[in-house]
Amino acid sequence: MPNLVSSPHGPHPNRVDRIMREVLIALLPGLLAMIWLFGWGVLINLLLAGAVAVAAEASVMLLRRRPVGPAIGDYSALVTAALFALSIPPTLPWWMTLLGMLFAIVLVKQLYGGLGYNPFNPAMAAYVFLLVSFPVAMTTWLAPSMLTAHSLTFMESLRLIFMGSLPTGLEWDALSAATPLDAMRGQLDQGLTIAEIRAGPLWGDFGGRGWEWVANAFLLGGVYLLWRRIITWHIPVSMLLALLIAAGIFWLIDPQTHPFPAFHLFSGAAILGAFFIATDPVSACTTRRGQIIFGAAIGVLVFVIRTWGGYPDAVAFAVLLMNIAAPTIDHYTQPRVFGQGRRIKH
Amino acid sequence: MAASQSSAQLIRDGLWSNNQALVALLGLCPLMATTTSATNGLGMGLATTAVLMLSNVTVSLIRNLVRPEVRLPVFVMVIASFVTAVELSIQAYFYELYLVLGLFIPLIVTNCVIIGRAEAFASKNRVDRALIDALAMGIGFTLVLMVLGGMRELLGQGTLFYQADLLLGAAAANLSVSLGPDFQGALIAILPPGAFIGLGLLIALKNLIDTRLKRAARIPATKPTQDVAQPMPAAQPAP
Repeated sequence: MPNLVSSPHGPHPNRVDRIMREVLIALLPGLLAMIWLFGWGVLINLLLAGAVAVAAEASVMLLRRRPVGPAIGDYSALVTAALFALSIPPTLPWWMTLLGMLFAIVLVKQLYGGLGYNPFNPAMAAYVFLLVSFPVAMTTWLAPSMLTAHSLTFMESLRLIFMGSLPTGLEWDALSAATPLDAMRGQLDQGLTIAEIRAGPLWGDFGGRGWEWVANAFLLGGVYLLWRRIITWHIPVSMLLALLIAAGIFWLIDPQTHPFPAFHLFSGAAILGAFFIATDPVSACTTRRGQIIFGAAIGVLVFVIRTWGGYPDAVAFAVLLMNIAAPTIDHYTQPRVFGQGRRIKH
Repeated sequence: MAASQSSAQLIRDGLWSNNQALVALLGLCPLMATTTSATNGLGMGLATTAVLMLSNVTVSLIRNLVRPEVRLPVFVMVIASFVTAVELSIQAYFYELYLVLGLFIPLIVTNCVIIGRAEAFASKNRVDRALIDALAMGIGFTLVLMVLGGMRELLGQGTLFYQADLLLGAAAANLSVSLGPDFQGALIAILPPGAFIGLGLLIALKNLIDTRLKRAARIPATKPTQDVAQPMPAAQPAP
């Protein structure tokens, strides 16, 4: 017997598991790009984070005496794990990944009541938790494969992550490299001009060499999400535009001490953040006008924190800050109910 | 109303059921700021307890002399005098500790625990009861400070009672425990977020213990599987 459903007959019943599955699919290009550039560590992190996230989700559901199946089956823990694994350095010690995922699932998500109730984005909260706790490990990035003499093999990555032992004859200095944002800031602090900085071998067309390809791949995934109508354009477009405009203003004022706007767009987690993180349906704004304000504020905050803040990248901090503001923004941007007066009653 | 409370009840209130840090959530500023180690927490707790006892006794003694309209300024002045005395004493006898806690000692004046007990209890009760209340509330507060400080110190720095000799004399140097130089502490535990998360976990733990105790008291041992929703028949009023 066919399923009888009442109208409206949408082609896709919007279910949590479908949305989360599409997000996972959309992350694939970015994942492949990162594996290509930074080696097997990315994949190991992803598998480890995913396993810990599912285990943590299941244990908390058991503790809360709630059904375990639906909580695991909606893939939301896996999406958190994937976003987290793509944000952390590819050689992060295993126990830090473990701590981060436990923090994300147990403290940030389940203690607030589980999926749909968490005010903060779990993946970003875990990233910030680790960044504040272990600043050195969290800012030690591998050099992209085209800039390094030695790419770690699968076994070398495993040993590095689980035992902390580097391959024989190699030092951290030979493997790691400053991220584009780090390099840009460090050299600007030394008094170099943008033109001098960009003459170095680290730089590609827009951002750092290699890194911009990661951003491109995430952009591809983002377009896929838009096409599948998992997200709407409001948050990503307003966030990226605000970032461009903020960076553009300062670049026009002094192009030798402020990197050009596209650099901001294609460095760090701007693209990943705009399409995958700021659009988190739970912790973002839900009204259309609210989403535009929410996205724009994140964009401006990203520029402000990157330029004057203490940490190299800012997307996680900006998203968490705006997560707090999201309910207030939603409250003041409620659409007018048809037939009611212009002002809503508070 | 308060006259019906026995001394044991006062002590139990202060240490557990009306714990100023975990239940009343008073004095959070020093609680968050100074609990970066067990030693600091203990020092701050002892200083607060000393001020609390002195102020409670004084307020109780003068409770019939002070007109209600001006009682709060008077209480604050009493507290401020004692805080100054305690601060100078710490500066004189525990100078190293003073360097660590320095900024927060004067802030004991604004600690809501002290003005709260003065207003809610000492101004309405006899001296002996006010003293017991101050002691119980102070020790309850101190214990939370010390446990929270110990948690944060252990997770963030891998030590426990580090530099305890500053507070308790050279003999206490043996008290300090270390997890070894290889322990990589999570810096966040020492930073302000660690204080909030740690306090939240402590409150949750207290509520969990309370719930368990209540459930254990309500369910007779012969029927352990019974659900807890309805009260026992004994609780129903007699006709």
